[in-house]
Amino acid sequence: MNPVDMKYNKDHEYAKVEGNIVTFGITDHAQESLGDVVFVELPDEGSMVTVGESYGTVESVKAVSDISASISGKIVEVNTLVLDAPDLLNSDPYGEGWLIKVAADDLAPLKNMMTAAEYETFLLEEEH
Amino acid sequence: MVELKRTPLYEGHQVAKAKLIDFGGWEMPVQYAGVIEEHQTVRTKAGLFDVSHMGEIDVHGKEALEFVQMLITNDVSKLEDGKILYSPMCYPDGGIVDDLLVYRYDSNHFFIVVNASNTDKDYTWMLKQVKNFDVSVDNVTDQYAQIALQGPLAETILQRISNINLSKIKYYAFQHGKIDSVQCLISRTGYTGEDGFEIYVAPEYVRQLWQRILEIGAAEGVEPIGLGARDTLRFEARLPLYGNELGPEISPLEAGLSAFVKLDKTAFIGRDALQAQKEQGIPRKLVGLEMIGRGIARSHYPLQKNGENIGFVTSGSFSPTLNKNIALGLIRADLAVQGDSLDVLIRGKTVQAKMIPTLFYKRGN
Repeated sequence: MNPVDMKYNKDHEYAKVEGNIVTFGITDHAQESLGDVVFVELPDEGSMVTVGESYGTVESVKAVSDISASISGKIVEVNTLVLDAPDLLNSDPYGEGWLIKVAADDLAPLKNMMTAAEYETFLLEEEH
Repeated sequence: MVELKRTPLYEGHQVAKAKLIDFGGWEMPVQYAGVIEEHQTVRTKAGLFDVSHMGEIDVHGKEALEFVQMLITNDVSKLEDGKILYSPMCYPDGGIVDDLLVYRYDSNHFFIVVNASNTDKDYTWMLKQVKNFDVSVDNVTDQYAQIALQGPLAETILQRISNINLSKIKYYAFQHGKIDSVQCLISRTGYTGEDGFEIYVAPEYVRQLWQRILEIGAAEGVEPIGLGARDTLRFEARLPLYGNELGPEISPLEAGLSAFVKLDKTAFIGRDALQAQKEQGIPRKLVGLEMIGRGIARSHYPLQKNGENIGFVTSGSFSPTLNKNIALGLIRADLAVQGDSLDVLIRGKTVQAKMIPTLFYKRGN
């Protein structure tokens, strides 16, 4: 089940808002379809991300996939744990497998994202 | 859109919740439980593969031996009946049409196993070469399903339902026998770097065989294995893949297959070009790479030295056995020096790698 306190996009990425800090990660469905995650590349703390633009990559044994920012802002924390243990994205995508925390310039873009219920409907539709 | 072909085991793969992909025009399982877990199953226990997509071509007639000799770079004249040979098959310019397994029944009859995606191309190519040879060449792919049981426990498990003594089948040899009372061609070959068997059987019996092997191996942990793990397994064992290490623009000498090119045997297609390449110096060489910087070198990524392109990655992956990111690359032969470093261009960024021996994994005895 996808946590209700998060927002989701069509690329199977989530954003969790706490004040003006937004945590990015990939969804359970994303890790499931990627398979064993073996490599994660993330920018350094202090660098900027732009809404809709790629900020890193997640690689499974077979696939390379870009990850994009859901809002613009400055990276305040990078999950260095996943750099050494990328399988955390498989085992705990919504917990220990988070990717970066961003101090948002503007939270408005999150309004375009799906709620957990909407995302689940989207997943069902995508299956067909 | 072209309809994808399916093997007789397709429904079973669906039931097993396999992830299915288009592979050479076939809808095939890429993974079941997960690539890494499946990889380890084959390295430590045994795994079962559906490789029914592979192509089979039958060559028989009075001049079958002469015909096959002309077709491939390796030498089947010295091959004993009941034995198998690996060989590239080349174009006149030395580029590779495909790599094959050649099964010798006798000098009048050979059974050739080819890559799924190349079956039609290979068959057409072979027919074109028949000319005056007293031989018939038939694409018999539809008459066979193929499964492979690979891993250190393969013989022990398969022996329980075989009516022949499997320990008598040596590496790269084959016999006809019954498995679970079904007539099969049993071949001690594989594409994983492990011991194991490839089993050719009439399509109508393959479901029964597949189920039965999974059942009798369940206690030892035998699981179905997808093409994802098949690729990481073959890659660690430096077994080349057509489309990656091999292709029309790559000669077998460049791909490190000199041992399978017998320039001193009777004439064969590509001989003159390969002879000339050997004399003038082989321009490129296949090297092993271990990533020093962070990143995974993937197929077709450019390889550079001092900012200059010197080749490309043919295969690259996280290696589950070595727990490292490694790759195979085809580079300028004069720069192929073990221990030296070079750069892999990964999405516009250079990442350092070190040249290491290509045989990343060799099974223990």
